[in-house]
Amino acid sequence: MSSFGPMSAASEEQVGGAPVGHPAEPGVLDLSHNVILYLDGITVSFDGFKALNKLSMAIDAGELRCIIGPNGAGKTTMMDVITGKTRPDRGRAFFGQTIDLLRLSEPEIAHAGIGRKFQKPTVFENLTVFENLELAMKTDKSARVSLFAWLDDTGRDKVSDTLKQIRLDHEAERQAGLLSHGQKQWLEIGMLLMQDPQLLLLDEPVAGMTDDETARTGELFKSLAGKHSLVVVEHDMAFIEQLGGKVTVLHEGSVLAEGDLATVQNDERVIEVYLGR
Amino acid sequence: MTRTPFIIRFLTAMPKSGWVALAVFAALTLGLLPALHLLVPADSALHVSAYVITLVGKIMCYAVVAVAMDLIWGYAGILSLGHGLFFALGGYAFGMYLMRQIGRDGSYQSDLPDFMVFLDWKQLPWYWGLSDSFAWTVALVLIVPALVAFIFGFFAFRSRIKGVYFSIITQALTFAAMLLFFRNETGFGGNNGFTDFKRILGYGITTPGMRVMLFALSALLLMVTLIAGRYLVTSKLGRVLAAVRDAESRVMFLGYSPLHYKLFIWTLSAMLCGVAGALYVPQVGIINPGEMSPANSIEIAIWVAVGGRATLIGPVIGAAIVNLSKSFFTQAFPEYWLFFLGALFVGVTLWLPNGVVGLWRKLRGRPA
Repeated sequence: MSSFGPMSAASEEQVGGAPVGHPAEPGVLDLSHNVILYLDGITVSFDGFKALNKLSMAIDAGELRCIIGPNGAGKTTMMDVITGKTRPDRGRAFFGQTIDLLRLSEPEIAHAGIGRKFQKPTVFENLTVFENLELAMKTDKSARVSLFAWLDDTGRDKVSDTLKQIRLDHEAERQAGLLSHGQKQWLEIGMLLMQDPQLLLLDEPVAGMTDDETARTGELFKSLAGKHSLVVVEHDMAFIEQLGGKVTVLHEGSVLAEGDLATVQNDERVIEVYLGR
Repeated sequence: MTRTPFIIRFLTAMPKSGWVALAVFAALTLGLLPALHLLVPADSALHVSAYVITLVGKIMCYAVVAVAMDLIWGYAGILSLGHGLFFALGGYAFGMYLMRQIGRDGSYQSDLPDFMVFLDWKQLPWYWGLSDSFAWTVALVLIVPALVAFIFGFFAFRSRIKGVYFSIITQALTFAAMLLFFRNETGFGGNNGFTDFKRILGYGITTPGMRVMLFALSALLLMVTLIAGRYLVTSKLGRVLAAVRDAESRVMFLGYSPLHYKLFIWTLSAMLCGVAGALYVPQVGIINPGEMSPANSIEIAIWVAVGGRATLIGPVIGAAIVNLSKSFFTQAFPEYWLFFLGALFVGVTLWLPNGVVGLWRKLRGRPA
């Protein structure tokens, strides 16, 4: 990773001789302004269609943020931009104060501390639940190290802790492809936790779960907030209410409204484009 | 933190039955068969003929290619339809050495290989320079296929070319190489390729001793390939590759770079094919651009499919079944061989999706 990229980009924000309170360390997440994610004027267009239109947003460290919006509002595209899958035409995206996400590849962004759960549960179907979590564990992920890597006791303990957390401790040796839809969702959340990310992006995490499973997922997320920052894209209003964080409404690729759920639900523009239907 | 010693990890990579089977195989190929060929007189019923030794030696080389193919297709989900190229490159690299070893014993009694005399060339092209040395030849056998695979793989995997597109490009690659090697000007004997070999390291190539030596080396290579393959697929690297096969984007968002993993297994697979090709050429006594024909590479995929993908031992069985039937059919009913091969492939695809090994596991009531 180039050490100049993130640093020089950061110093642009400090023009005018403002004193720099601490040295910027390349690759290390800087939360000195208590903000973990900045999106600034992000525009993405596909063949003229603007999936994101000058989207700006900031997520605080430790926050639990819900994102709602009608289909095609740009929720998944936003996650694609943050995780490096899609490059925007314009705009800036920073992780903390110093890490420029637009300069990093998908694996580098994952290493920096952003974990992503897909809309459709994506687990390794032919590996066991245990192996799925083992691969997700935060460690040196180069091919050379993997060739000789061997799971030690610390790693084994970490996997069993996570298995308990996601209530799959009795399914550890089961093939992931044989799990129920809800269990796959949990396994994927568990894989995120194994990565130990600072920021978790969760795309419709409770789709296909029973009410009971949904409620338990809500509890898990609430317990994670504070230590981690979470961005949850959801359609399930009851679930969003349970989470109780700030809500951002996206519409046609930009932010329509932001605030707690009650405020947003009473916003006339929101009612018009989304909730009123 | 406890560290498991490497040797333990290595030994546990294969189940006990696997090690036993390997020991039996070693006893047969390194002890019994060579002894029956060399020590038992030719008129005895127990004598193993030169034909059998060469046929089995050849099939063991094919089996190595099949295992190499299984590593990338079965375990990493990358179907190459151009693996014959790497086999042929290894074969050509060793063939160049064999040509130089002919010395002045060729038809034209020249210092140059016969085909160069025939083309009225006055001196050896520069790229033949290393082929007088046995050590350099061994290095070339490893380096040339690896380099071609690495460069091709780097660009293909970096551009995230996958699935059927990748297969088609590999097919085109081997076809292009075949056309190149067909040209006389390329300097590898044109459509006749290399043949009429005389000796290796001064020993006659048709002597029983040399025949058994090449046979034993092929057996050793196959065993080393199986053990190394077993270690690879049970290592974390193997699990990452299986994960890439199932959900590549998820692997990337976990922080792995699939490019490095794919490139490693792809290049290793090509090197194994190269070594197999180098052992194959002196046993059959000829190498020509036909080895690079797309049909040959497709046949490699058929061996793996027949034996059973992602099983390592399956491809060995598949290569043996197909090639033994080929030897039988091409003698008994030469015109029907391709029909049989096609029917075999269709039949396996329809009724044995997990190949012979899958059938065996099903019969024994184990999950395939």
